[in-house]
Amino acid sequence: MITTLAIMALGAIVLGAALGYASIRFKVEGDPLVEKIEAILPQTQCGQCGYPGCKPYAAAISAGEADINLCPPGGMDGVRKLADLLGREVKPLEAEEKPKQVAIIDEQTCIGCTLCIQACPVDAIVGAAKQMHTVVEPLCTGCELCVKPCPVECIHMLPINENLDNWKWKYPVIEIRRAA
Amino acid sequence: MTHYLFIIVGAVLVNNVVLVKILGLCPFMGVSRKLETAFGMGAATTFVLTVATGASYIIDHYLLMPFGLEYLRTLSFIVTIAAIVQLTEMVIQKTSPLLHQVLGIYLPLITTNCAVLGVPLLNIANKHDFVESLLFGAASAIGFSLVLILFAGIRERIEGADVPVYFRGTAIAMVTAGLMSLAFMGFAGLDKYQ
Amino acid sequence: MLQRLFGFKGGVKPQTHKAPSVQEPIAQAPLPARLYVPLHQSIGGAPTPRVEAGEDVLKGQLIGGADGWVSAAVHAPTSGRVVAIVDHVAAHPSGLPTLSVVIEPDGRDEWIARTPLDHRSLPPERVRELLRDAGVVGLGGAAFPSHAKLTAARSVPMEDLVINGAECEPYMTCDDMLMRERAEEIVRGIAIFRDLLGARRVLIGIEDNKPEAVAAMQAAVCGLAEDYEVVAVPTRYPAGGAKQLIRVLTGKEVPASKRSTELAVQCFNVATVYTAYRALAHGEPVVSRIVTLTGNVERPRNWEVRLGTPLGDLVALGRPKADTSRYLMGGPMMGFALPSLEAPVVKATNCIIAAAPTTFPASPPEMPCIRCGACAEVCPHELQPFELYWFARARNFGKTQEYYLFDCIECGCCSYVCPSHIPLVQYFRFAKSEIWAREREKNAADAAKARFELRNAREEREKAEKAERLARTAAARPAEKKPAPASAETVAGQPAAVPVDAAPAAPAVDAEAVKKATIVAAMERARAQREAAQPRNTEQLSREQQQEIAAIEARRARVAGDPPGTRTTRPGSAPPPAETGDS
Repeated sequence: MITTLAIMALGAIVLGAALGYASIRFKVEGDPLVEKIEAILPQTQCGQCGYPGCKPYAAAISAGEADINLCPPGGMDGVRKLADLLGREVKPLEAEEKPKQVAIIDEQTCIGCTLCIQACPVDAIVGAAKQMHTVVEPLCTGCELCVKPCPVECIHMLPINENLDNWKWKYPVIEIRRAA
Repeated sequence: MTHYLFIIVGAVLVNNVVLVKILGLCPFMGVSRKLETAFGMGAATTFVLTVATGASYIIDHYLLMPFGLEYLRTLSFIVTIAAIVQLTEMVIQKTSPLLHQVLGIYLPLITTNCAVLGVPLLNIANKHDFVESLLFGAASAIGFSLVLILFAGIRERIEGADVPVYFRGTAIAMVTAGLMSLAFMGFAGLDKYQ
Repeated sequence: MLQRLFGFKGGVKPQTHKAPSVQEPIAQAPLPARLYVPLHQSIGGAPTPRVEAGEDVLKGQLIGGADGWVSAAVHAPTSGRVVAIVDHVAAHPSGLPTLSVVIEPDGRDEWIARTPLDHRSLPPERVRELLRDAGVVGLGGAAFPSHAKLTAARSVPMEDLVINGAECEPYMTCDDMLMRERAEEIVRGIAIFRDLLGARRVLIGIEDNKPEAVAAMQAAVCGLAEDYEVVAVPTRYPAGGAKQLIRVLTGKEVPASKRSTELAVQCFNVATVYTAYRALAHGEPVVSRIVTLTGNVERPRNWEVRLGTPLGDLVALGRPKADTSRYLMGGPMMGFALPSLEAPVVKATNCIIAAAPTTFPASPPEMPCIRCGACAEVCPHELQPFELYWFARARNFGKTQEYYLFDCIECGCCSYVCPSHIPLVQYFRFAKSEIWAREREKNAADAAKARFELRNAREEREKAEKAERLARTAAARPAEKKPAPASAETVAGQPAAVPVDAAPAAPAVDAEAVKKATIVAAMERARAQREAAQPRNTEQLSREQQQEIAAIEARRARVAGDPPGTRTTRPGSAPPPAETGDS
């Protein structure tokens, strides 16, 4: 009986010591995975996921705090990629998917309050106090963060229409039905 | 020398740990969705299994048998394997964070992988000596990796196939695994030359 | 034949159907009622319009200036008046509109002043610029600006210049007729390209089913005492693909990742060479091209057509038969069905085929792939189309790239031989454009991320600077702060937090109050503006109105207890006076 206990205790001590040493020797600083996740996110910085920007969301996913289906701008495609990277199951998106859009300022109504400039996460709005503002369309990520702050409701979101530059060849056959 | 060859061929093909002995099915189904992860899991399992067989042989022969404590085998093997898996996990997290994330919950699952416990126990049942034990462990792990990679390759292609709706996902994977198992039954008798 | 010929793998031999359209010589297409000249006719940057609606233009006048190096200019195809610059349907499978200059011809067809130049007397850079500004692009169908292909690689001396007269697409005969009728000009044009590239050898490749063209070119080469080799290459589609022709004539294989100049070889279409010659030696920019009109028409023929001519006008010249159901642009192998005949002829329009259900039956329904490998046997790039198809169909784009999707030239051989009638090329086009779209999105996301990070860094810095300034101000005048916050609170209803643009002299919180008041006033103004029918008429206020406004402002100023608050409440007022503050 004593020998049994002694042997098991010995085993426990030896293995415990080895693990303890390894946890110090192979300590991981930072989380390189965050960058990989962030590369998949669409960088709209819209905060629709509930985190203040894409990087915090990526950190939350990596830490296992957030689900992978919280990013509407990334769409189902983004969810699928994240699921692939992280080996998780694909889940339907929390919110509904919207077509890509850009913000348009109605320049007649704009009062030049600069509130939207402060709200824009990617500096895509130019203008100065008491001067008319305008959206630099190629830089706009369509995050809608500027819509709410506007005191005179002069900002609207317009969907991006298909043109010759972003036109895509269609999938050759009409799919009768799609299943997961 | 042919004796060792028989052990290897037997463990890799004839008595394949997954498809014939039906051990370690959890990672076989879970980590075979992509070829890359299958490679990673195969490598991790090979390492753990080889080290585990060696360690368990030593524990069995120099710690348990001299004191007549054979009834503690399962318990002490599990403890040893758990420690080795923890160690492996730390090393992988340090050296390849992506592989670590990809293997996800499966890496700790190697702890309770029945193949990893089953192979050392089979070693003892077959009365293998130390070299034979190591060889058997490594060969079993290679067999495991082989079918895991084959299966992952097939599943990657199945993803592009017109699978009937109700068969998609795990169902078709199970059917495929069954067919692969049937195919590996064809190796039976390959080691009966003696 | 002196030249040893190399082969390429794969290829098919479809019926050529070339005979009907070579019976008659090239004819000049009549002037249409209106020309719709798209500004973006080549690969690369979209040219910027250089004319305005209502302006009179002459034939050959620049109407779209090249934007950047990889871009080519666009010119007026005839003299007349610019009616409008509007979006007009493009000659593109999508049928989407593109910005086009609409010209109403005056019928005089009067050229702009033309200055013939000799390329030998000009520096090469100048010649390239001239070609760009003359709108010379690849007329084989790709419409890549030619001048951008005319620079030899710095490390590799140029060996071979390949002139492509193979014209392997069935039905198409525009290059054939051009070589028969205008061989001398082509041969003279080759000298420009040869000199610019410094090529040691010039090879003119023509498929051996065009003996007349070979003879004409040979005669022209001899007549001008040049040492170019005219080579008849075996007729096999796609021998006219640039990479295939280079391979056949020189034995060099150009990988997708490299430019052909890196292998000391470059390839140009005969029609491109011809327009380059016209551009330099006659000063005539590219305003027309030769288009084959064939298929289900009573009079198949080649026409010299002004760019911008609506396709409907062109098609009418051939008198299409009654059962014509649709029209194809480009050949039957690589072309596409035109969505609308309102689309104009552009530089890439080489052939229009009228298709009837009898000659071009609708393709039978797609059957499952049986992995017979017929597509792999005919693929001129030695790809495995069945594998590409498998992954493109499953939208597994990463895998398609592993199987070298981007080496595919979309020649259509695989679809042609497929026993299951799978439209393989459509799948490949779909996968390619999907991958490109993703790349665009990725780049946009990267740019957005960079801007977001820069902005965050800037905000951090500004916050730190503000805090520092605030601390300094507070230390400088600890006594003066008390009354101001109270007034700010009465105005805004909440405590002022951080000063935003306080001048060093003014206490910080005061400036915040001013700002808040300004915003409230502006909101009121905007509301009034939206309610009024004409929001812009605030400039012509009556005296009473102005007095009223002044009264309101005075009241507001009293409430605020803060004179600077008045300074911006009236629309259209003079710039605010210099910072007043209460110091």
